[in-house]
Amino acid sequence: MSAAVVQVPPAEELPRTGLGARAPGWWGMLLLCITEVSLFAYLLVAWFYLRGVSVAVASEGGHAPALALPAVLTVLLVSSSVVLRWGELGIRRGDSRRLAIALGVTIALGVAFLATQGVEYAREQLMPQTDAYWSAFYTITGIHGAHVLVGVLMLSMNLVRTLLGHFTARRHLAVQNGALYWHAVDLVWLILLVVLYLAPHFA
Amino acid sequence: MTTRAERLSAIWESPPSLYSWFATVDHKVIGMRYLVVAFVFLALGGADAALMRAQLARPENHLVSPETYNQLFTMHGTTMIFWYASPILSGFGNYLIPLMIGSRDMAFPRLNAFGFWSFLLSGALHYIGITQGIAPHTGWFAYTPLSEGAYSPGLNTEFYALALLFLTISTSAGAINFIATIFTMRAPGMSLNRMPLMMWSTLTTSASMLMSLPALSAALIFLELDRRYGFHFYDAARGGTPMLWQHLFWLFGHPWVYILILPATGMVSMMLPTFCRRRIVGYAFVAMATVSTGLIGFGVWAHHMFATGLPHVAEGFFSAASMAVSIPSAVQIFAWIATLWASRRIVRPTPMLFILGFFVLFVIGGISGVMVASVPFDWQAHDTYFVVAHLHYVLIGMNLFPVIAAFYYWLPKMTGRMLDERLGRWNFWVMFVGMNITFFPMHILGLRGMPRRIYTYAEGLGWDSLNMVETIGAYIFAFGVLLFVINVVRSRFRGAPAGDNPWQASTLEWSVSSPPPAYNFEVIPVVASRDPLWDAAPAADNPGDARILDERKETIGTSTLDAEPNRRLLMPEDSIVPLLLALALAAVFLGLLWKSVLLGAVGVAATLVFIVLWVWPGSEFPEATA
Amino acid sequence: MMFLALQALTRAAGGGPPSTFDAAGPGAESIARLGTGLIIAAVIVFVVVVVLLVLPVLRRADGEFTPAPESDDSPRDLRWIVLGGGLVPMLILAGVFAFSLAAMREQRQPATPYQVDVIGHQWWWEVRYPNEGVTTANEIHIPAGRPVRIHLMSADVIHSFWVPQLQGKTDAITGQVNETWLQADHPGVYRGECAEFCGMQHAKMAFVVVADSPADYAVWLANQQRTAVVPTDSSALIGQNVFLSQSCSYCHTVRGTSAGSSVGPDLTHLASRRTIAAGTLDLNRGNLAAWILNPDRLKPGTKMPPVPLDGATLGALVAYLETLR
Repeated sequence: MSAAVVQVPPAEELPRTGLGARAPGWWGMLLLCITEVSLFAYLLVAWFYLRGVSVAVASEGGHAPALALPAVLTVLLVSSSVVLRWGELGIRRGDSRRLAIALGVTIALGVAFLATQGVEYAREQLMPQTDAYWSAFYTITGIHGAHVLVGVLMLSMNLVRTLLGHFTARRHLAVQNGALYWHAVDLVWLILLVVLYLAPHFA
Repeated sequence: MTTRAERLSAIWESPPSLYSWFATVDHKVIGMRYLVVAFVFLALGGADAALMRAQLARPENHLVSPETYNQLFTMHGTTMIFWYASPILSGFGNYLIPLMIGSRDMAFPRLNAFGFWSFLLSGALHYIGITQGIAPHTGWFAYTPLSEGAYSPGLNTEFYALALLFLTISTSAGAINFIATIFTMRAPGMSLNRMPLMMWSTLTTSASMLMSLPALSAALIFLELDRRYGFHFYDAARGGTPMLWQHLFWLFGHPWVYILILPATGMVSMMLPTFCRRRIVGYAFVAMATVSTGLIGFGVWAHHMFATGLPHVAEGFFSAASMAVSIPSAVQIFAWIATLWASRRIVRPTPMLFILGFFVLFVIGGISGVMVASVPFDWQAHDTYFVVAHLHYVLIGMNLFPVIAAFYYWLPKMTGRMLDERLGRWNFWVMFVGMNITFFPMHILGLRGMPRRIYTYAEGLGWDSLNMVETIGAYIFAFGVLLFVINVVRSRFRGAPAGDNPWQASTLEWSVSSPPPAYNFEVIPVVASRDPLWDAAPAADNPGDARILDERKETIGTSTLDAEPNRRLLMPEDSIVPLLLALALAAVFLGLLWKSVLLGAVGVAATLVFIVLWVWPGSEFPEATA
Repeated sequence: MMFLALQALTRAAGGGPPSTFDAAGPGAESIARLGTGLIIAAVIVFVVVVVLLVLPVLRRADGEFTPAPESDDSPRDLRWIVLGGGLVPMLILAGVFAFSLAAMREQRQPATPYQVDVIGHQWWWEVRYPNEGVTTANEIHIPAGRPVRIHLMSADVIHSFWVPQLQGKTDAITGQVNETWLQADHPGVYRGECAEFCGMQHAKMAFVVVADSPADYAVWLANQQRTAVVPTDSSALIGQNVFLSQSCSYCHTVRGTSAGSSVGPDLTHLASRRTIAAGTLDLNRGNLAAWILNPDRLKPGTKMPPVPLDGATLGALVAYLETLR
């Protein structure tokens, strides 16, 4: 087996950075997201399986869920992803003020999401102990909420670090990773919206 | 003027102190710790098995109570599957992979340390129960509703569920680390198609872990919610179903079987060419067979459930898939056969004996696997000793034998001393004979109607003599494992010096001293073939390029496909935070176990604090994390 | 030899080894045929592969590691992989798959008027004949030579219903009705057992399937349909009083008396059965007495509580139970 030998440039020509796609840190966060998305995939496998075998779940616990609050939740989360992306593009040009604003807004939207979800839970008369449908509904949305909370904490720390001036155009791996995680959680929400909230209306 | 080696040592070595013992992030130290602790768990699981075999030696035996027996077989299964078979492979991976790919450490050394500590602590959590006589007792598969609160009140099942949830965190961390390391830190020139075959098996295994462990996590979370908070996932009376557990458990469980054997077959594909004195035949076939085994492994879960009344069409599908998964295994075996036949000279030291033993056991376990993939045959064989025989041929044959071979092969690299050949040969034959005496008769017993997981059996059912034979075999086998331990201990004091490359092998780990220096490679190698040490060195030591990096704790990052150098990676210093974080998580799980809100809250708070400390950039290396 | 002789003896005594290859009905027979085929194929494949693996190692052994190994590429060797790893196994597996699909088809349940409902409990089997209105436990009578449909349910955790000589196993799953069928070609007694781990006494959850000649079956059924005999013997009368006044009736049914609870096995025709406690003990005076006094000693963890009785009372109770034929 003979092939061209890879040329190794002098040390000075290799950047000292963990930034960018396909760097170790990027892979790390991507893989974490993959395993988290897999978790939700299995939660939905459970959801569909229970629907398939169980009368209580197939009848959606008696009614299809109201859509007003889920609509609010969706707007909150999707807009937060857009804002965060705007901030991330900012820090790539070294604009840490724009990043700080974006992080602040995203965190606020994330907290609003959690508060709205709390309102939704409080309005609901039926408890997870009612039957398997409600067990699954609360568990899946609850685990998603926990992921939003983790994302909020992650972004909060990035906000503090932004204000302390840790991030520059060349060094902001934590920002990149936090955003990747946030978008993944957002994506999962859209799937949950379709499966848990919208699908029952077409059943 | 200091030499380069001295400068690198000063940068990479931890000062010998108690603090750095707990704080080290060196992949070699962590790998060695995985190996030692996993081996201790092997001994613990083996002790469980020894008691079980003693109980089953005679019919109507009263050595242990039924409750104790049920705890023993549960602990035996969970210990072996979760705390021995997978972690021991992580141990070899952690130690060897950076050396094999020409890197100075893993991608995330602190995550590596965290993975080890949480593996250790989760194992400790799992073993608290048995010291109190309240170990898990519903089998490693913990079928609902038997594992639900109504039938298993008390803490027994909590130890199982919480320790496993804790372990999944450790295992996922390890899997992420392996993939990131292999994708970004290979030596310049080591493109994907030049990677040692163990990288393919590690990649496959790690990806399988990341995508199958969440099924277990989901199942366990549902179980805990059912048990503690009155949810109804598995409660048939309230819209749930116990079959949900079985599907989720085996969605995880069957990929997991391949997770336990693929890295071991990968190690065999590394060792065999050395002893055949030639390259492996069909590198691409073996790599693709490995990947496709991992993939098909996700489509066979229901073959554990042929007796549950699935629709026959589904049974046919899973039967076909389960047979199909043996094709890539056949490809691997025949690649090895081809290598053996293509070789002109074959050297047979102890590791080669264990590899040959592995071949024989692999074939038996594979064939009995095809038999139970046949649905009607499985209706008879399922949940009998036939399956016990099958799974032990698979797990001992394809995990333990390659692992022992790997110890004989790589321990000289790790310690600098060879293991004894004469003792090694005894070690092999005693284990091989003991293994077959113990497990081969189980095929017959199963077909004679002996179910699994029974603490005793009546006299005169035609099971008495074979059970006695198996018990004797089990103790012979245990003696064989003891010979291995003796050999390892002996080599520490009297083993012959190994030298850098005692087997004249071809891969990069053999190019450095035994044991390797803290920084692994004084000059990061450049690779131009699959067997760099067998081919002419591609490039001379050119002090002008970036392969030296002796100013800070650095190594080269390369591109994923072609391994072209694209960055310098600063590696973190020793840190106590991984241990502290693992302890904080242990506090969370203990809080859940004892329903102590205080302990749980302290644990959560500590977890958050330590995560902040972890990611906060160190003053010495502001670039390290940012 | 001694082992074989012993086996022959136990079989003669009616409780032979429950071997899947000692098939006594069409279900187990077709699987035993499949199994025989699989085993023959397995032995051939094993021998061929192991010879291929070991032969070169024996022939080309050399003790030296030389520093310059051969590393010629030889695409000719890939034929091993394509043939041995791909083509041949695919052919063999296709054969095995076809063979087992055929066996699966033979397992389709034949049409039959006979039905038995079997309900798994921790750790005994409730047996009901829905069409005949009969309830018994741990002993299933079927007419020899006729297929019998079995509906499987569970009262608690998952069990698995298995009569190795007659048919493969099927699980009894909580909240689900599974179906299987049994047929014994000849009259005889066939051991069955629980095959899914179901808790502390999974090991002692056996039962027997008794295949009767059609005439015997009719007699057995007619007897089981009757309510319990009214005791005439004075000791048995006292025993009946004990049964109804002590805790026995909290859990057991004896049809024709006020005892009507279904927590434990129906005892209306207890004395017609061969064993007690799900195959744990032979049914006889001594075992009955010992079981009632302290069941936990004989089957630790059993749900039946101890019934502390003095000798005379216990004797009377056992005498009563023995009348329940």
